Amino acid sequence: MSHIATTTTRIKSGNSSARNEVETALNKLKDIESYHAVLSTLEERALKRADEIDKAISEGKEVGKLAGVPFIAKDNFLTFGGTTTAASKILENFVAPLQATAIEKLELEGAICIAKANLDAFAHGGSTENSYFGPTKNSVDQTKVAGGSSGGSAVVTALDVVPFALGSDTGGSIRQPAAFNGVVGVKPTYGTVSRYGVVAMASSTDTIGCFTKDAEDAELVMSVMAGRDTRDMTTLSDFFTPETGDTTPRKIGVIKECMSDDVDPEVKARVNEYIDQLKAAGHTVEEVSLPIIKYALAMYYIIVPAEISSNLARYDGIRYGYRAEDAKNLEELYGKTRDEGFMAENKRRIMIGSYVLSSGYFDAYYQQAQKARTLLINAYNDLFKNYDVLVGPVTPTPAFGIGENANDPVKMYLADIMTVPASLAGLPAISVPAGLTREGLPVGIQFIGDRKSDAKLLALARSMEAN
Amino acid sequence: MTHVTREAVQHLAQLSQLQLNPDEVDDLTADIEAILKYIEQLSELDTSGVEPTYQVTDLENVWRSDKVKASDVTREELLARAPAAEQHQVKVPKVL
Repeated sequence: MSHIATTTTRIKSGNSSARNEVETALNKLKDIESYHAVLSTLEERALKRADEIDKAISEGKEVGKLAGVPFIAKDNFLTFGGTTTAASKILENFVAPLQATAIEKLELEGAICIAKANLDAFAHGGSTENSYFGPTKNSVDQTKVAGGSSGGSAVVTALDVVPFALGSDTGGSIRQPAAFNGVVGVKPTYGTVSRYGVVAMASSTDTIGCFTKDAEDAELVMSVMAGRDTRDMTTLSDFFTPETGDTTPRKIGVIKECMSDDVDPEVKARVNEYIDQLKAAGHTVEEVSLPIIKYALAMYYIIVPAEISSNLARYDGIRYGYRAEDAKNLEELYGKTRDEGFMAENKRRIMIGSYVLSSGYFDAYYQQAQKARTLLINAYNDLFKNYDVLVGPVTPTPAFGIGENANDPVKMYLADIMTVPASLAGLPAISVPAGLTREGLPVGIQFIGDRKSDAKLLALARSMEAN
Repeated sequence: MTHVTREAVQHLAQLSQLQLNPDEVDDLTADIEAILKYIEQLSELDTSGVEPTYQVTDLENVWRSDKVKASDVTREELLARAPAAEQHQVKVPKVL
C-alpha cells in the first residue's frame, strides 16, 4: 500500500489519529534538523486542524481523501499559520494574508500542512545553496547538495517525514531534487495546477507539482490539486484523471542528445538499465533525435530571467517585506532594499533579464529565444506523432558537492540542461528513481509526454514500480 | 563576443533598481559576461520566418464578468504588512 493510503487507513481504522500523525511528523522533523530541510513549522495550526479532523471522524462525518495526512510545502507557497519567506531576506518576516489555491484544495480533502521547506531564494537555483537561511543537505549524503530549487521538499519526502511534499518547477526545480534524493517528482503540463498564492518566478513556465515515494501517491495528490481556478487565468480545465492499472504497451523514444558522452557514465548506466526493464515489460523503445535541445538552456536563461526581472519588480520595500533603513529618497529606498534583500543569484537573473529586454538587445536575445522556443515545440510535436513518451536522464550527474558549483553560475545552470526543454514547451515531465551509483547516490530517469498526458506518464511509472 | 564593462553593469543595476556596492559590481561584471557568453550561442540558430511563442496554453482571451468581488483580505490586514503606515496609508520617504 502507498504511503498516503497507509496513513489514511491507519487513521480511519482508529489505529492512529490525525493528531498522532501530525505529532509524529513534527517529531521526525526534529530528528532531521541537521539536513536543514525546513525553514519553519506550522505546529499550532496543524494540531488544531488535526483535532478538527479527529473530531469529525469520531462523529462519523464525511472526511476527505487525504484526511489527517501531514504534508510540507515549499516556502514559496502562501500559507496560514506562519511565515512565507521564499527563503529570502526580503520576505523573512512576511505573513501571508491568504493561502495558495493548491494548499486550499489539499486542505479541503483533509491534508494538513505542517511545515515550510527550504528552497533557493525565490526558487532561483539548482542546489538550495542560494537560500538566505543556508543550504539543505542531500538526504543520502550530507556533503552533497539536495538539488533545487525545491531541495527541502525532496529531502523531507526521501527521509519519510511526510508522505508527500509540494514544490514548484520552472526549469527542473521539482525533477532535479527528486532525482538527487531518489523520490518521484512531478512537473505537470503547464496550466494544470493553479499558481494563485505561489510566489511568481517565470510566468510562462512556472508549474506546481509534488514529491512522493511512489507514482500512486503522486496520482492522488495531483488529482486533488489539478483544475481551473478563476484566480489563475492560465489554468486548464481539469483533465487529470489517474489511469491506474493501464499497462498498454507504449512507444518510447530515448532522446539521443541526452545520452551523450557528457553524461556521467553511472547515470547513463542506470538509465539504460531502466530502459531495458521498459523493453522487458513489453514497451517498444527506439532512439530518437532532438537536435535543437542543445539550444534549450540558452533559450531558458534568456526567457526566464526576462520574466523574473518583471515579476520581482514588486519587491520594492513599500507595501510589504523588508525595507532598508535610512534611505534619503524613494529611489535609494528601492535600490538599497533590493540590494540588501536579494541574493546574488536573484540579482544576476534580474540584471540579465533587464539586459535581454533592453531596447537594442531585445531582438537579438529575447525575441530570438521566443522564436527558438517555437522550433523546440515543433520538434517535440513531431516526435509525439510517433511516440507516447520520451525518456532520458533527469540530470547529467548525480548530486554534486555543496560549494562545488557555487562560484560558477554557468556551471550551475548546466545542471538544468535535461529539464529545461520540457518546461519551455509546457510539457509534463516526471522524475522517477532509477537506482543508485556505486557511491550510493540516487539517479533519476525522466519521462516526458505530450501536453495533458500527465496521467499516462504516472501510469507507466506505476506499472514499472509493480515489476 | 560581448565584453561587459563595469559601467554597463552599473547601468543594468540602475534599470533594475539595485544599488550595488563596489565589490558586487566586480563579481556581477564577471558573472554577467560569462552568462551572456553562454546564451549568445543562440544566435547560430536560423529562426527566419519563425513566429515567437510567448505562452504555451493555447488559451485565448479568458473572459470573466466585470464585477467587483469582495476580498477575503481587509485593508487593515494589508496595511499591517507595510513596513511603515500612517492614517490608513502606506508611508514612504518624501518624493517631491
